[in-house]
Order: sequence, then C-alpha cells, then structure tokens
Amino acid sequence: MPLNLVNFAKVHKEDLLTSGHRLCPGCAAPMIAKLALFVAENLGYDVVVANATGCLEVSTTIFPFTAWKVPWIHNAFENVAATISGVETAYRVLRRKGRIKPDKEIKFIAFAGDGGTYDIGLQSLSGAVERGHDFLYILYDNEGYMNTGNQRSGSTPPGSYTTTAPVGKKIPGKLQLKKNIVEIMAGHENIYAATAAIGEFMDYMNKVEKALKFKGPSFIAVLSPCIRFWRIPDDSALDITKLAVETKYWPLYEVDRGVYRITKKPRQFKPIKEFIEAQGRFRTLLKHPMASEIIDELQEYVDRRWERLLILEEATKDKPITK
Amino acid sequence: MAKLKGWRELPIGGLIVDAGNAMEYKTGSWRVMRPVYTREKCIDCMLCWLICPDMSIIQKDGKMIGINYDYCKGCGLCAKICPKNAIEMKPETEFQE
Amino acid sequence: MQVKQKKMAITGSEAAAHAMRQIEPDVVAAYPITPQSPIVETFAKFVADGLVDTEMIPVESEHSAMSAVVGAAAAGARAMTATSANGLALMHEIVYIAASLRLPIVMPIVNRALSAPINIHCDHSDTMAERDSGWIQLFAENAQEVYDLILIAARLSEHDDVRLPVMVNQDGFIISHGVEVVEILDDETAKRFVGEHKAMYPLLDVENPVTYGPLDLYDYYFEHKRQQIEAMKHVRKVFDEIVKEYEEISGRRYDVVEPYRLDDAECVMVALGSSNGTIKYVVDKMREEGHKVGLLKVTMFRPFPKDKFQTLLNGRKAVVVLDRSASFGAEAPLYSEIKSALYEVAVRPLMGSYVYGLGGRDLTPEMIRKAFEDALTGDLIADEERYLGLRE
Repeated sequence: MPLNLVNFAKVHKEDLLTSGHRLCPGCAAPMIAKLALFVAENLGYDVVVANATGCLEVSTTIFPFTAWKVPWIHNAFENVAATISGVETAYRVLRRKGRIKPDKEIKFIAFAGDGGTYDIGLQSLSGAVERGHDFLYILYDNEGYMNTGNQRSGSTPPGSYTTTAPVGKKIPGKLQLKKNIVEIMAGHENIYAATAAIGEFMDYMNKVEKALKFKGPSFIAVLSPCIRFWRIPDDSALDITKLAVETKYWPLYEVDRGVYRITKKPRQFKPIKEFIEAQGRFRTLLKHPMASEIIDELQEYVDRRWERLLILEEATKDKPITK
Repeated sequence: MAKLKGWRELPIGGLIVDAGNAMEYKTGSWRVMRPVYTREKCIDCMLCWLICPDMSIIQKDGKMIGINYDYCKGCGLCAKICPKNAIEMKPETEFQE
Repeated sequence: MQVKQKKMAITGSEAAAHAMRQIEPDVVAAYPITPQSPIVETFAKFVADGLVDTEMIPVESEHSAMSAVVGAAAAGARAMTATSANGLALMHEIVYIAASLRLPIVMPIVNRALSAPINIHCDHSDTMAERDSGWIQLFAENAQEVYDLILIAARLSEHDDVRLPVMVNQDGFIISHGVEVVEILDDETAKRFVGEHKAMYPLLDVENPVTYGPLDLYDYYFEHKRQQIEAMKHVRKVFDEIVKEYEEISGRRYDVVEPYRLDDAECVMVALGSSNGTIKYVVDKMREEGHKVGLLKVTMFRPFPKDKFQTLLNGRKAVVVLDRSASFGAEAPLYSEIKSALYEVAVRPLMGSYVYGLGGRDLTPEMIRKAFEDALTGDLIADEERYLGLRE
C-alpha cells in the first residue's frame, strides 16, 4: 500500500489494542500487533484474533482487564493455529447458512511467539496451513521463551545466553542453529510466507496487506526484540532489527507460493559482529575463548544463506508452484 | 483499587466482556524517563504515533496533539524516531512535585 | 405426543452418527482412532451425500480436534468431535479448557483402554481420567441409548443454566461395532427437540468484542472455578426437564440412574456401560431361583448423583460395584465414590469392589453371578478389591 502516514492517521478510528497493557517499555510485540490491526482496519476488514500463550497474550489480558477491542481468544500454548482454524471454519459455515451477516469481511489473525510456533506449536501450525484455512499467522520472534524468563527455543541463535542453554566455561550456549521457520512454512507450498522486521515497519505493513488479501494461509515472521533478555536499551527495538537486516542476520524476503522475492537489498552490508556486539545477551559469548571462531562461522553462515536467497530469487522468478 | 468481585458477579467462563478496559490500569507510573514534546519543531509526520507501543501519542485528523502521560512508559522510541528532534527524554524526577 | 420412529439395524457408532446428523453441527473437527473411526466415517458419508450441512475439519491430531472445536464453539457455531482412549488423553489439556470456557460441546466417546501396552478394546480408563475435567459424563448401555443420550446431551449442553460440554460414552467394540435394533426419530422431530443453536458471547459478533481465556492471577481463579462448580449443580434439574420432554416424543424414559428389579432387592449390583445388559440377564435368572437381587445402572456419572445412591442403596444388605477401570494406588473410581456417598446413610450396606473387563476382557454371566453370590453370602470385604476374569 502506498502508505501515506498522515492519511492513515486521519482515517484511524480507535485503537483496537489499547494502552494499559503490561508489556515492557519499548517491547516490539505491541507494535507488531498494533500495526497489523491498523492495516486490517485501513483495508476495511473486521478482525478476530487468536493468541498463543506468551508475552503478548499474558500481558494484554490480566483478568479483569483486556487491552483488546477486537474479539480475542486464547486457548493454550501450542494450538493457536488449530483454534483459529475452528473460528475461521465457523465463520465460513455460519455465513453460508445465513446465521451471521457481517457488514464487513472478517479476517482471522493468529499471534504467537517463537515458543508457540517453532517448537510446541509447529504441528498445529503445519496442520492448519496444509488444510488451507484463510488466516494470517503473525510470529513475533524474540528468539526465546521470554515470558517465562528467557529459556531457549528452536528460534534462539547459537551463542545467545538463555537460562536453559547458558554460556558457561565449557559449553558456549546453544549449539544448534536457529530453525528457518519461513523455509519450513514455504515448504507447504500453497502459502504466502515472509520475514519482516519491526524496524522496517513499512515493509512489514505492506506484507500484512499482501497477507490479508492472500486467499489461504499466510505467515509473517517478524523479528521482535525483547528489551529485557536481549539486554538492549529501551528505545532500541527498531534500530536493532534494522541492524539485523543490514548484517544479513534477518534478510527481508517473501515466498509467494514458491516465488522468492527479497524485499530489501541493503546497499551496504555490515558485519554480523556488529549485531552481536550490540546486544547484552551475547556478552558472555564474546568473552568465551572460542568467540571469534563462532562469530566467523556465523558470518559465513549468513553470507551463504544470503547467496542462496539470491539464487532462489533468480530461479523462481515468475514461477509459482501453485495457482 | 476497586473491591474485588465475588464469584456470583463475574461473567461465566472467565470471559472479559468489557473490551479495552485495560485503560483503567494506568501504566504511566512505570516511567523513569519522560518524553517532552515541542510543538514548534513537529512536522506531523505521524511516525511517533505509528510506533508507540503504548498508544500514548495523541493525534487527531493527522495533527499531533500531545503525549498521554497516563500510560506512557517512557521507552523513548518516539524521541528516537522523530526526524526533527521534537521529542526529548528527560528524567521523570524533574516532573515530580 | 409420541411420533412414529424408524427401526434400523445399526451399530452404536452409526447410531451416534445418526444423532449427530440430526443435531446438525456446523463444524466437526475429528481425528480417527479405533474404535471411534466408524462414527466419523459414517458422518463424513452423510456430509458427502449432502444429508447434513456440516463442515468437517480433518485435523492432524486429537489435541487440534478439541482446539478447533473450542475455536468454533467460541465463535458461535455448534461444534462436535469424537474420540477414544489415547486420543482423549491427548486432548486432555483442551478438554479442561473447553469446560472452563463454558462451551456447549457434545462429544461421543467410544471407551477404549489407555496405553501402555497399547490395547484397542473396551474399558473405562479413558473417560475416568476426565472425571475432574468439568464435563458432564453420560454412559450408554446400548446403541439405542447412544442415539437418545446424544440428542439429550445436545439440549443439555446448550441450556442457558448449564453451558457445559458433555461426553456420551459407549463401550468400544461391544456397543460401537455391535449391530442392534435402534429406533430413530424422524428428522423434523429430532431437529425440533434439539432446537436452534444459541451462541453466547460469540467471537464472530464483532460489534461486541469479548476476550476468551485471559490470565487469572491468584485473585480470581478460585472464583472462576467456583462458578464451574455451581454450573454442575444446575445440571440435574435441567436434565430432568429435558428427559421428560424426550419421553413424550420417543416413549423412552431416561434418568440419572436406572433401577432394575431394585424394589425388594437385598443385594444390588452397580455398574456403568454395556455390562448392565448382561447383568440384567443374570438378575432375571437369579430372581427365578428366588434370590432377591437387583441392579442399579448408572447413566449419569458426572455430576455424580449422590442423592440417588443414598436413597436407593440405604438399608440394603450388600452392594457390589463393578468398575471397568482401576485407579492405581487407590480404590476403583465408581466403587470409591459410591462408598463415600453412603458414608452417612442410616443403614450402611456391606460393600464389595470388583474390577473387571480391563483391555476388553469379557464379562460373562458366570462372573456376575460370582459377585452376586459373594454378596448374598455376605462374603464381602469393603477394603478388598477383587477381580472378575483375571488369571491369577
């Protein structure tokens, strides 16, 4: 959408995610949710939200308060995709049977953290995508189980400090690579999958628009810094994700039914070391005797991954797998 | 602090039917730094309003009105993103009576 | 006014599928598991043939089945699923959530033993593990009861004063795969009995947004649970009204318990499920021989009809309770709850606990007779759990 922010602001009616929630100052998650709701509102949709257990869910709905002014359901940790499948199916059936006659089209958005997506929620997400439900799944990826105090998840990068994979004298933190969730999602073929970063919010909002208009399942993985556990300043969420994009740590791209397109090609790349040094969660890694080897490996990895993306972009241009 | 409701007074199933009532909980007391806004420098670009995680930037019809200190947690993102330095972060203690 | 009904020779699974067809759920999300599969398969054929307007969600696990049903019910649709054994165990987490969110879901359960070792045959361990979940639990003796109880359950769960999910249990293979003569109401009468689905706080009502499933801290959780306890207390009154209405259209009378030749019985057997059929046969035989025996069949297990046991078992000489599940480290579930119900009755009977049929082990008339004979001779030890059909 050619986003004219001033026009956007003018037509905005009311905050569908209100103030008064208890997420940390500077947290990216409410920004991610807020912008998605803005885009939906702007496109003329009503929204029903399902939320997996995690920071966003817990901090916005501490009984008796709710910060949501849209219909919202939290079921359990690992089943947000299955839950939204049920809601979306009910919508189609009830509309077909004439039992509901909504004024505007209703769109279904599932919010989940990396906990409820990469690990415990992967089955439910995969099933929902395979069945082709029409919903948007927004992953706010803060690379750990942050709500419960920074335990490692399948999304935690190697070398980062988490309580269940701490960097100690012997073992330098998490040894496994971070799962590539967008590739996993793209593998379902009939899907629109993309990465996004909160620091590049225009790109994110464009992708939300594309995803909402996509007929079928869509998935956006948004890099969402956790101020507390990435150990970064309160006001740095946007900048750190911009840095993530510039260091190839988090390339911004989309896969639309198999067609790869990189949506931001930085003119100047920065070394991954800069991204690592900017965050306190890598501080113990930097002091580790194997630190430079690990960082070199990581640099090679992001370089190779970027090369691969360029090749995929070239190879799949205008060749969608499904209609 | 309102008196807590007994089990007979609550809606069933743990439901919250009063949408958006989180606004009864004022998070402004969390603040350590306060954003101070200078109208003269502002160009109404709406960037701070767009990204404020606490919906504490008030605008009407595309014109900046001010900052809602009832909820602002003082994260400083607005000051950081402002292209005209129209927002400055100052210690909250400067504004205590 | 009793209506003309159609006699069909069908299995318990098919009876369940017919009941579901007449309830006409909007959404059915189910995952196959032996011996529940025929229910979903028969129903899927009804859908494919256009006999019922339901959207089926072919979920990838039972956990997702119950999750999708919760989503659909919260959205405001009539939603159902069905399962057995480990499938029920897998959805356990969400089973509790469904009841806590007060969603009117009806779920046929085909009772099968829980693993390990893996066993596909009948026992009640699967449903007993859900005793505390907040669901209403009904047990069918035969295919006719399966059909009737599912229709009754649909009315019960959606009633304003109840709003709780219901499990309708039938013994795996014994009822689910056994062909019996079942009388089916005509579609119009059945649909009129079940009524239109009334959604409460639907998610799809975007004008009135609600929040389902918030975080409770220690200042509210207790009160929310007390509400659930209260809802269970309304079930009996509503059930009595519904079964009365059902009797008028079908001619079949249901109650939370079914006394069989109980009036002057000295020795009473209590049991759940299909075994009641065999027990009735033995009761008849033993009555012919002059023994004063009777049966108290249990139809509603949750909420537990304590008052019925107190009234009907007070003053008997002996009560033997048959359990088709064990509670490791404690007394068998039905036995333990009945014994506790009789704690304060004026004249407490002798009591005996008999565990039988685990993993589909057959219960024969001889075994039932043995239990009755123990009761008649007073050879019962309340603290001793005995086993029928076990190889020592």
